[in-house]
Amino acid sequence: MSDRQVDILIIGAGPAGLAAAIAARESGVGSVLILERENEPGGILRQCIHNGFGLHRFQEELTGPEYAARDIARVRDLGIPVECGTTVLTLSPDRVATCVSPANGFQTIRAKAVILAMGCRERPRGALCTPGTRCAGIYSAGTAQRFVNLEGWMPGRRVVILGSGDIGLIMARRMTLQGAKVLACVEIMPYSSGLNRNIVQCLEDYGIPLYLSHTVTNIRGRERLEGVTVSRVDERRNPVSGTEIEFDCDTLLLSCGLIPENELSLGAGVKLSGATSGAVVDDSLETSVPGIFACGNVLHVHDLVDHVSAESFRAGRAAADFVRSGKQEDSLIEVADGDGVRGTVPQLIRKNTDGDVSLMFRPSAVFRNSTAVVECGGQTVCSRKALVFTPGEMATVVLKKDVIRTLSGNRITVRIERN
Amino acid sequence: MEQIITCINCPMGCRMTVNMSPDGKVLSVSGNTCPRGEKYAVQECTLPVRMITAVIPAEGSAVPLSVKTSRPVPKALIRQVMDILGSIRITLPVCAGQVIVPDILQTGSDIIATRDLP
Amino acid sequence: MTTDILIIGAGITGTALAREISRYDVSCVVIDRACDVAEGATKANSGIVHAGYDAVPGTLKAKYNVAGAAEYPGLCRELGVPYRRCGALVIGFDEADEASLRNLLERGIRNGVEGLRILDHDAVLKMEPNLNPEVRSALYIPTSAIVSPYEMAFALADDAALNGVAFRFNQPVRSVERTNGGYWKICTDTDQYECRAVVNCAGASGAEIHNMISDIPVEMIHRRGQYYLLDRAEHQPFAMTVFQCPSRMGKGVLVSPTVHGNLLLGPTAEDIDDPLDTATTAEGLADILQKAGRTWPGISTRTNITNFSGIRAHLTTDDFMVGPVSGCENAYEAIGIESPGLSSAPAIAGDLCRMIAGEMKWNRKADDRIRPVPVREKAFSSMTAEERAGMVRKDPLYGNIICRCETVTEAEIRQAVRRPVGARTIDGVKRRTRAGMGRCQGGFCLPRVAAIIAEETGCSLAEVTKDGGNSRILAEPLDAFLKGGGDRE
Repeated sequence: MSDRQVDILIIGAGPAGLAAAIAARESGVGSVLILERENEPGGILRQCIHNGFGLHRFQEELTGPEYAARDIARVRDLGIPVECGTTVLTLSPDRVATCVSPANGFQTIRAKAVILAMGCRERPRGALCTPGTRCAGIYSAGTAQRFVNLEGWMPGRRVVILGSGDIGLIMARRMTLQGAKVLACVEIMPYSSGLNRNIVQCLEDYGIPLYLSHTVTNIRGRERLEGVTVSRVDERRNPVSGTEIEFDCDTLLLSCGLIPENELSLGAGVKLSGATSGAVVDDSLETSVPGIFACGNVLHVHDLVDHVSAESFRAGRAAADFVRSGKQEDSLIEVADGDGVRGTVPQLIRKNTDGDVSLMFRPSAVFRNSTAVVECGGQTVCSRKALVFTPGEMATVVLKKDVIRTLSGNRITVRIERN
Repeated sequence: MEQIITCINCPMGCRMTVNMSPDGKVLSVSGNTCPRGEKYAVQECTLPVRMITAVIPAEGSAVPLSVKTSRPVPKALIRQVMDILGSIRITLPVCAGQVIVPDILQTGSDIIATRDLP
Repeated sequence: MTTDILIIGAGITGTALAREISRYDVSCVVIDRACDVAEGATKANSGIVHAGYDAVPGTLKAKYNVAGAAEYPGLCRELGVPYRRCGALVIGFDEADEASLRNLLERGIRNGVEGLRILDHDAVLKMEPNLNPEVRSALYIPTSAIVSPYEMAFALADDAALNGVAFRFNQPVRSVERTNGGYWKICTDTDQYECRAVVNCAGASGAEIHNMISDIPVEMIHRRGQYYLLDRAEHQPFAMTVFQCPSRMGKGVLVSPTVHGNLLLGPTAEDIDDPLDTATTAEGLADILQKAGRTWPGISTRTNITNFSGIRAHLTTDDFMVGPVSGCENAYEAIGIESPGLSSAPAIAGDLCRMIAGEMKWNRKADDRIRPVPVREKAFSSMTAEERAGMVRKDPLYGNIICRCETVTEAEIRQAVRRPVGARTIDGVKRRTRAGMGRCQGGFCLPRVAAIIAEETGCSLAEVTKDGGNSRILAEPLDAFLKGGGDRE
């Protein structure tokens, strides 16, 4: 059993892992290693062939593979090794990972710092408890996306999509363009969590109806899917009888939310947040376990890959600092979710942090003409007005370094109030 | 003649009403919150355009080739563009950025590869 | 196809019987209507090896349950099937319940079940602190066990196949008749079988087949049971199987750990017309939550992996029917095998085989002609670091993790397809290896498992099914789809 030593071990070569590696190396760390379970780097971007990535970071609209290619090229130029086909099996609190690959067998890798960049997975049918048969033809939108875009196979011909998250909307257009008939997109909430652009360009352009406040209440078909029943739901999301609509379809795609993939983090003793399902981190993106950092969708689910990259650059630099200087003890300010706010990241701020801190969170409902307020001890320390806050778009409030220094308490609250 | 347009520029998603003359000229836009909305509404009502992305099966490769239009093409041509993409065969190797179909349907837009396929 | 004996049904009873018969010098064929072993009630039940306290003394259920349960530990060790004696509780909330618990205790003692005792409120809660604190008392059954029922059937089938039994799938029986030459002729959709003896182990179709063989009809009620299966966890809220007091419709809703560390809630008990209707319903699932909530007030389905249902084959006589089909020469049956059928299967199979072998005057094979099942490697997921390192050195395909949630390797998936009665479907691989059994429900591994099945069996991806029949997972390759126009209107 070989035993390797690296400065920084990065788990995952998606956009988060690649950006973290680039930043770590550019901060002067010698040995950086990325482990990736797929056979190529790029993560989920490989199958996101649509465009719209990179507007913030590159001021141009790239497709997923193009966005990934830029980071992959940079990683290659910096000489950072990416070991693909390698699955990390365990991670310990003292930063020892075990992994396997067909090429290199079983390995134990000791790292001075670890960056978690494993991404997230889709919520499956079981999590929705949808009754009916257990036939073929029910896929998460991402699985269908992989089949179409990476394997070149169509999963079906007549499609209903449950959930109006962006992947579901994008797949409505993909399946339509490649020749399938998409009958409906069904959303249990009274609003879509997808971008307006995707609702217009993926549904409306093709005349695909969007059923808000509806859900799938039955699944038919003994072998392959034959149809689904869609019902309206009341304010408490319970189906209303008498509102059933039957669709004859052979495919049901689920786009019902993403969950950070934190099995390894849990094994390492990393404390998770109930609101984000990701790690609890401070503003340097360090988790509750010293020397283990987290970034990208494994930390909290982002809407934009540009934000993933930006966050991961910070994680890479922070991990490099840790390798160089070890843990810097500091007093911490706790960040709490207030009214209208869910899953603020980071959950902790170091009092003597060396920069401004962006507090990112998801509004819990649609708020028009409202203000995001950061409070400390009953005093507003910072606020940001917006015409609209929606759950479909992560919101940000920037807390200035100087403001952090002057905070009197050790707890701040982020909330949204209507103007 | 009136047309209702949902703005895609930001999460506001303004519902805009576009008043048009019988010969297709925009007379007025209302319901927008910012100038970007007005510009978008005019474009959507006169010549809506879209980027198209797709994959094309490649001979000798299990992985299909992902492609895009080099610039947006008229929305009305999407189906025709897809029909052309469905009829072509790719031979390897292909590099990202390589032109697969030049000036598709005389739109001035090329179909270009968005990944390497060695 | 001609054979000495034909078994209809490749569930737990049919496979256990096939294994017994494979020890004799006869030809044996097992046919099943579905595409794999264990496709009926065997894949969708509570997975409990009942101790035998519940069956009415003197019934076949009582006789076979106690005898069958006693065979399980040895059989599971021999076949490498996960089995765990986790113990069970039957809980009661009031005086009436306590009276039934005493009744069960008495029955259990008469059936020969050991170690039974009644526990009071404090003792019960000490054992299972997450139980409803309103519990008044409970019957404690230390010998109650859990097993993976479908893995048991796969192992029994593999053993039988290694010892000469042929398995034929997708063979729904359409007619059974007696030929002039003293053979039974069984016709399926695609094939004909002639056999000296026929055995009906057809589960939910048991009555239908019985009535094809015999002029004396039996009546069967199909009783559906729906379940929740929650995710694995290091510490489940319950260490034991917890039953509520049984009713006329069965043993009631239980909460139980599984051998793989999941938690099972269910089943419902609904009499339905269609013996193949294994859909779940909103009412059924709500019913489970309400009833299981009485056992487990802190109930949460946040970690639900899947819902499923199975059909219990309940004869109106309320007991198993095991033995010769009355009035029909060389025809046998084991039908009405509802709970405790899983527990009883080894004993039923042994008894039935002895009966048939005696009447047919078969010779037992010499011991050296019996091939033992090869010792199966334990799952990669349960190996130590050293064991994992060793396996990857031996076979690099152990280094390719296909199912992330359950840590299943490419080597294990290929082995599942290559087993004597190998997996041919996505679900077949899932039940043999647990790939796709985890919290992402195959979202990640499905394309990869499909590709391996296609490669191993030499078929196209389009022919790979989820669970046989027309349950194809893909429509067409993109190019064919574009050419054909898909479903464009």
